[in-house]
Amino acid sequence: MSTPGAYYIPSKATWPVLATAGLVILLAGFANYLNGASIGPTMMIVGFVMFILMLTGWFALQASESESGMYSAQVGISFRMGMMWFIFSEVMFFAVFFGTLWYTRNLSVPWLGGEGIGAATKELLWPSFDAVWPTNGPGHLGGKIVDGKPSGEFESMSAWGLPFLNTLILLSSGVTVTWAHHGLLAQHRGQLIKGLIATVALGFLFVICQAIEYHEAYTEMGLTLGSGIYGSTFFMLTGFHGFHVCVGAIILSVVLFRSSIGHFKPENHFAFEAAAWYWHFVDVVWLGLFIFVYIL
Amino acid sequence: MSAVVAEHDDHHDDHDHGPQKGLLRWIITTNHKDIGTLYLLFALAMFFIGGIMALVIRAELFEPGLQFVEPQFFNSMTTMHALVMVFGAVMPAFVGLANWMIPMMIGAPDMALPRMNNMSFWLLVAGVLLLASTLFMEGGAPAAGWTLYPPLVLQTGKALPFAIFSVHLLGISSIMGAINIIATIFNMRAPGMTLMKMPLFVWTWLITAFLLIAVMPVFAGAVTMLLTDRFFETSFFDAAGGGDPVLYQHIFWFFGHPEVYIMILPTFGVASTIIPVFARKPLFGYSSMVYATASIAFLSFIVWAHHMFTVGMPIAGELYFMYATMLIAIPTGVKVFNWTATMWKGSMTFETPMLFAIAFVVLFTMGGFTGLMMSIAPSDFQYHDTYFIVAHFHYVLVPSSVFILMAAGYFWLPKWTGHMYNEKIGQLHFWMSVISVNILFFPQHFLGLAGMPRRIPDYAIQFADWNMVSSIGGFIFGVSQLLFLYIVIDTIRGGTGEKVSDEVWEDAHKHGLEWTLPSPAPYHTFTTPPDVIPTEHQ
Repeated sequence: MSTPGAYYIPSKATWPVLATAGLVILLAGFANYLNGASIGPTMMIVGFVMFILMLTGWFALQASESESGMYSAQVGISFRMGMMWFIFSEVMFFAVFFGTLWYTRNLSVPWLGGEGIGAATKELLWPSFDAVWPTNGPGHLGGKIVDGKPSGEFESMSAWGLPFLNTLILLSSGVTVTWAHHGLLAQHRGQLIKGLIATVALGFLFVICQAIEYHEAYTEMGLTLGSGIYGSTFFMLTGFHGFHVCVGAIILSVVLFRSSIGHFKPENHFAFEAAAWYWHFVDVVWLGLFIFVYIL
Repeated sequence: MSAVVAEHDDHHDDHDHGPQKGLLRWIITTNHKDIGTLYLLFALAMFFIGGIMALVIRAELFEPGLQFVEPQFFNSMTTMHALVMVFGAVMPAFVGLANWMIPMMIGAPDMALPRMNNMSFWLLVAGVLLLASTLFMEGGAPAAGWTLYPPLVLQTGKALPFAIFSVHLLGISSIMGAINIIATIFNMRAPGMTLMKMPLFVWTWLITAFLLIAVMPVFAGAVTMLLTDRFFETSFFDAAGGGDPVLYQHIFWFFGHPEVYIMILPTFGVASTIIPVFARKPLFGYSSMVYATASIAFLSFIVWAHHMFTVGMPIAGELYFMYATMLIAIPTGVKVFNWTATMWKGSMTFETPMLFAIAFVVLFTMGGFTGLMMSIAPSDFQYHDTYFIVAHFHYVLVPSSVFILMAAGYFWLPKWTGHMYNEKIGQLHFWMSVISVNILFFPQHFLGLAGMPRRIPDYAIQFADWNMVSSIGGFIFGVSQLLFLYIVIDTIRGGTGEKVSDEVWEDAHKHGLEWTLPSPAPYHTFTTPPDVIPTEHQ
């Protein structure tokens, strides 16, 4: 057992090497797949399984160490700082795609349409192109398939159907996770578990709604990754966000599992806090998406 | 803050205070000194691999005409040389120094997140291996330059997805390392080690870590869009779909400009650590050094498009980025002034680390001034994509970052190993390096001003003389670095045999906590927090 108040420093770390190996096999497999090499998918599966095993093992280790009281308050601060700055790095990752949306909508597409420094571009390259948003560019890329060929025609995604419902879903999930946190702090285990079940359910409901939306976009609206810059930014932003919702929901499921076997105390529940922070981050990104991708 | 430190095995309590036996020690280690050593040795290996690539370039450019390599391979060499040196050598070397020195300088028992520290290192190795593997692929390694500009980079063969994923891995590694450094500095300082008492090396790394967390995800996003443009039909960088190749340049340099400061800010930190010791004076203007570092970091985010003056930006943009860039000269000037003022009337001695540090101050100033020349947009139209640019950034990387890394090696090797390096060979290494580096890079200014473009394997006949001089300098510089390799190995194996004292350098204990520890520093240090001595700059 650790000395009370001591800073816990593990004397060895066996999981990181497996994590690295899993990750590099997964990515090398993906690269091979993209290059059309037949080994690709196999490598991806092997790497993915290794990565999941690593996550299970590493988090189980951390959880058992945490529950046995090996982490002092100071260790907790390190963990919280780690999570905080990790989320900041994620914010910067999304900022790239929001920046891309802003730049193309407000600068490069108008330039292609002849605005500002783009007068010669329009005259010489695409005199018939008018800069309106949404656009799939002067090449009219992608679009609905007519007679087996892309027609260049697509519809943009409206904000007030499924996306609005998804906004309500994510906002309520932010409320339920906070309610669960209050339950944890007040040592109402039932409220904690119910709140988490609701949050996880809402999270997966969001993902299902988005899957339906994507299906509709691809099959009926002619809106795909290949529909010019609108399709590219739409799917890149909502796609990476959806991926983060999945990850957040899985993290919350793990927290739910740990809550159900009696983990976490009012004064020691870093994993819960980290998951909740991450969930709120995903929520805020969605609000940005709803405004800049769907409404405007 | 903690009073004592618990030592734990993962599965059972095992109060073992020494390192594990055998090779496994290095794979599963969580010790900041072990991981620091791994980073430093890996960086040294990459320094030589990247160096060999540079020598291929200089060999081809020794004479006009095509002598040794195909143009495609030549372009791969310029690209890979840059990526290996930036991501494999210079950055990891500074992370290695951070690992070794930050806990010892702030009186912490280890890094804040030791397991993640281990993962940062192995991800780095994985990323570099993935990158190196592209050399053997159909279509060759990436050859579009380290900036990976589309549409050119999208013509890369099978190597493209591997190179992109290698950037992702290196990014994750750097972000994890940076998070660890921030958590360590904010959370693990010994009682009494207030922020404004921290050694400058710690300060510069703190600020660098913020830069890393802010910009590595940006680079990851940019290359992700390259990947989808190539394989998933998106048109981020394709005007036919409404995208813009120039957008990539904006995103890249939003990462790229802070990135070059990621390599130079820790350099400043080490220089600010070494110069006071050998001038036997406290650092002049400690707090102004801290504020200057922070200012440079802030400015680094708002000057990126000075790399793109010739791309066709609106004139307002050109002017803004020109003036904003010039502002950087102010905090940088403060730093050069402070280093000079630290030496002023000091009782200076000229051991190898100090020689490298002084050469850094002089030659970095040179590189800084050529940077100021290029910040002037109309002048930059002349310099852009010429060897003048190559000369400029090599002056701020080789006789600056790399020289300071050498200085750091000589300065701290006795503390790390307990052995003294051979001063005679050290001095020989210094003089060989400082003379050859100038033969190597100074003529490139002339070549650039005369109009020789960068990234070409062949050139017009009027550039022949200076290219030959430059190549000769390059080969002497390359061979001189074998002396450094010899010294590192020799010192680890016992060096001069002379017993080094705890403070190693005369009165060094006045300059930082690390000199109060035994030499070599024990496997675990400051398991109980030290009394923070009032450092002289206070």
